[in-house]
Amino acid sequence: MNALKKAGNATNRFAKNWASFVIRYKWPVFIGTILLAFGLASQGKMEFDGDYHVFFSESNPELEAFDALQEKYTKDDNVILVLSPSNGDVFTRENLIAIEELTAEAWNTPYSSRVDAITNFQHTRADGDDLYVDDLSYETSLKTEAEIKEIRVTALKEPLLVNRIINEAGSVTAVNITVRLPGLDSAAEIPEVTKFTRDMIAAFKEKNPQFEVHSSGLVPLNTAFFESSQRDLMLTMVMLLIVIVTTLILTRSFFSTISTLVVVLFSIISAVGFVGIMGIKLTPPSAVFPTMVLTLAVADSIHILITMLQKMRKDGLGKKEALVESMRLNFMPVLITSLTTVIGFLTMNFGEVPPFWDLGNITAFGMTMAFLYSTTTLPALMAIFPVKVRQRDVEKEQKIGWYTKLGYFVSRQPARLTLISFTIIAVLAYMATRNVFNDEFINYFDETVDFRTDTDYISNNLTGIYNIEYSIGSGESGGINNPEYLQKLNEFEDWLNEQPEVVHVNAFSEVARRVNRSMHGDETAYYRVPDNRQEAAQFLLLYELSLPFGLDLNNQINVDKSETRVTVTIENISSAEMIAFSKRGEQWLKDNAPEAMQSLGVSPTLMFSKLGFRQAESMFKGNVFAIVLITLVLILALRSLRLGLLSIIPNVTPVLVGFGIWALYKGQINTGMVIVFGMTLGIIVDDTVHFMSKFLRARRELGYDARQAVVYAFETVGKALVTTTVVLLAGFAVLSTSSFALNSYMARITVIIITAALIIDFILLPSLLILISKKSEAVDEVKELQPQIQLNK
Amino acid sequence: MRRIVIAATALFAANTLSAQTPEEKGLQIAKEAEKADLGFGSSIVDLKMTLKNKNGQTSERFLTTRTLELTEDGDKSLIVFNSPKDVKGTATLTFTHKVGSDDQWLYLPSIKRVKRISSNNKSGPFVGSEFAYEDLSSQEVEKYTYKFLEQNGDLLLVEQDPVDPKSGYTRRIVTYNKDKGYRLEKVEFYDRKNALLKTLTYSDYKLYKDKFWRALTFEMVNHQSNKETLLRFSEYDFGTALSDDDFTEVALKRAGN
Repeated sequence: MNALKKAGNATNRFAKNWASFVIRYKWPVFIGTILLAFGLASQGKMEFDGDYHVFFSESNPELEAFDALQEKYTKDDNVILVLSPSNGDVFTRENLIAIEELTAEAWNTPYSSRVDAITNFQHTRADGDDLYVDDLSYETSLKTEAEIKEIRVTALKEPLLVNRIINEAGSVTAVNITVRLPGLDSAAEIPEVTKFTRDMIAAFKEKNPQFEVHSSGLVPLNTAFFESSQRDLMLTMVMLLIVIVTTLILTRSFFSTISTLVVVLFSIISAVGFVGIMGIKLTPPSAVFPTMVLTLAVADSIHILITMLQKMRKDGLGKKEALVESMRLNFMPVLITSLTTVIGFLTMNFGEVPPFWDLGNITAFGMTMAFLYSTTTLPALMAIFPVKVRQRDVEKEQKIGWYTKLGYFVSRQPARLTLISFTIIAVLAYMATRNVFNDEFINYFDETVDFRTDTDYISNNLTGIYNIEYSIGSGESGGINNPEYLQKLNEFEDWLNEQPEVVHVNAFSEVARRVNRSMHGDETAYYRVPDNRQEAAQFLLLYELSLPFGLDLNNQINVDKSETRVTVTIENISSAEMIAFSKRGEQWLKDNAPEAMQSLGVSPTLMFSKLGFRQAESMFKGNVFAIVLITLVLILALRSLRLGLLSIIPNVTPVLVGFGIWALYKGQINTGMVIVFGMTLGIIVDDTVHFMSKFLRARRELGYDARQAVVYAFETVGKALVTTTVVLLAGFAVLSTSSFALNSYMARITVIIITAALIIDFILLPSLLILISKKSEAVDEVKELQPQIQLNK
Repeated sequence: MRRIVIAATALFAANTLSAQTPEEKGLQIAKEAEKADLGFGSSIVDLKMTLKNKNGQTSERFLTTRTLELTEDGDKSLIVFNSPKDVKGTATLTFTHKVGSDDQWLYLPSIKRVKRISSNNKSGPFVGSEFAYEDLSSQEVEKYTYKFLEQNGDLLLVEQDPVDPKSGYTRRIVTYNKDKGYRLEKVEFYDRKNALLKTLTYSDYKLYKDKFWRALTFEMVNHQSNKETLLRFSEYDFGTALSDDDFTEVALKRAGN
């Protein structure tokens, strides 16, 4: 213990020397930090990546499976344009001409490889011994009324079109543009496609005002990611304003506010430099880093400034003495809280979702720099500025009174408060288990985002946006023409169509049936898969020879004709339902089809559905790691094993409370929320550190008993804790206005957790401290075990 | 001194050539190429088509092609599939036309019937390969408009714009080898949005009858899908004299059986 005390004295001396050094060389220190901050900033680069692939690590098994499927067939990112004519009928000459023109123009979309519309649908028909495969409506302007009626009848009977390209009523139709993004620079490719399609839509609407146009698909999804990153980055400005106002109110000092502003801005531009140096491309989760850094960095400055101003106002110290004293008192707490916050953010690296690695690393770096600037730039600036204060005592007395009262209230009934707290925590912890994962990517965006409202419109009026794909093998080259394979595939298609969630099924068996019918004079009796392998193969050859550019079957059949792709379009259902559905499909194949035909469902939708589970699983290790590491830091910092272990309770329970309240509020959690455990742990631990260290100081240095020490702790840090909590709440409240759910949900639950943490630190923690001290004073032997018993509650 | 004279002559020649518009010169080159290949009569050749996807998975087809040269209209050709097994004996017969759509029939041995293929669509992939039917059919001069681009030694680059509105391409950039009977060295295909789609490279050229250059390897690379198709030809047989009778529906059935 003595050695540690010496170490404590050593840090006190170190902090004092540091402060004196900074004050003496205020100009060189200030200029040095300017150079450092701007040097880092000069390396800064803000590039965005909106490709949804960024959410998946390279080893993500769902991504691997999906990429494998795309390489086997074709890579299909898409833009779906949904057209709703005001007359409620797609099939008028005027409307069809407009659609035909739009389809032709859509071929000019950058990277487009295919355009599917009602007009260029490859309609197959027999005419004697001839097979005609042709656009359903080519050169519509030359068509007679009768022909247009015929087109309507054909289209509304066509299984490949209904619920995919046209709705059952024939009032809403789609033009689906498939793009093959090279993926070399998604930050350039995606905006290129988006700009083209937006211009195209604008031109189309101007020429054809009778149409309403909605757009969705994977490219607009990427664009929405992209744009939400940029929007969320703008939240920084709001936060900056809040920081200025808060600092001004709390410190009532103009120069203090300026100094704080300089510190947080330096921290942010340094973090931007880090982004550039590491070559990080910003994504919606990582684009909130400036707000994060701002929120967390400001606390360091406020602690130092408030103490300094207090010393000047209350104790009448001179500026320099007050500054040195404040640095001496705050250096260790600021160091430790920065360290724990950095640890908390670094645990994000344990997760499965790369954007959160970036967020964790950027913020951790920003926080490290914030610590540096708070202990160099801040004192240097305060030494430079002509800070003057008036002594004010009366006001102080009242405030201390309030916190003292709270201290007395708690110390009077620790057992009762502990019991009540644990009961509430237990109930909420139980509630927390009732949360379910839901990563429906459409719902990542709120209704202020066009992507969301357009996609909802499309889901309600035409087709689904979610899908699942199965690559069904035959086990041999050319085997897709085997009648047994086709029969089984047909059964699978039928089974899928019977499922309530299914909107549309696109399977090769439909092609086989259609061609078979046409090869038999369009007789309905032959609308079934061929029963002879050679026949099937040769019909397919004929059909393929008849297809035009871009509308071939390569997106559905692999090169050696051994596998085909089944694409199932699904209604908007939750992640859990999506996973269950995909399993049901896999199970059907297992139960009914030969081994070669068994397959796993894959798709971006499914990748997102499983993302939350993967993230939670992988973050679990990170969270345990964070608790152990942070507890260790506390044990060392507090120089007490017992209290260090006890700190686990106020550090962990706020998260349980947070998720418990969330279960009552939303009940659905997403990938973004999985990280809050490690992150908030690093933040809320600060409260515990401050409270416990003051408690210990009262016990050790002042010789108070537990109750008195609790009251002392309330008196000394009560206000500081409320203050920093208010700043943190402000920051995360700003983030919770994000239109992007991964960010807004994360921020909202953090608001709940931080609030819970403050309450727990004010009610449960002091109660426990008193109870433990009592017991340990009575029964000395078990005192080291006490915290562990508490843990089991 | 002599060099200077030669250079001056070359310069003069170049100048007289440039008196033509690029369009005229392009057309002239196409005609020269057609002329250079005039008189081969007919040919028979076996070929192996290898399809390769991005991952290197391959799939093969074996074909036999018979071609009959016609001067007043486009050539006639008959392609028989020897493998894969399921389509063995399937054969296509094509009459190319200088103006208008080609005529095409397919014989299906499984039902022993000849089916006419709607000829509007010839821009789609040929049996799943990176070749469109329009890449493989007889290259009649009338099917394109031309624009000479540049000369690189013996190599002449000409832009060709397809006349057919249903073509999958906006343009092709064709490299002729002037010194080698205007044989083709390379064709670059630009898709409807005018982005480079594919490159076809001809190699292993062999000279037949001292006049007719035939490439024994065609390599088509799709730059957008990263898929490839390789055609390997066996020796050309110019010796068997084929006639119109070998390019009828009856001949089509016979060829398949």
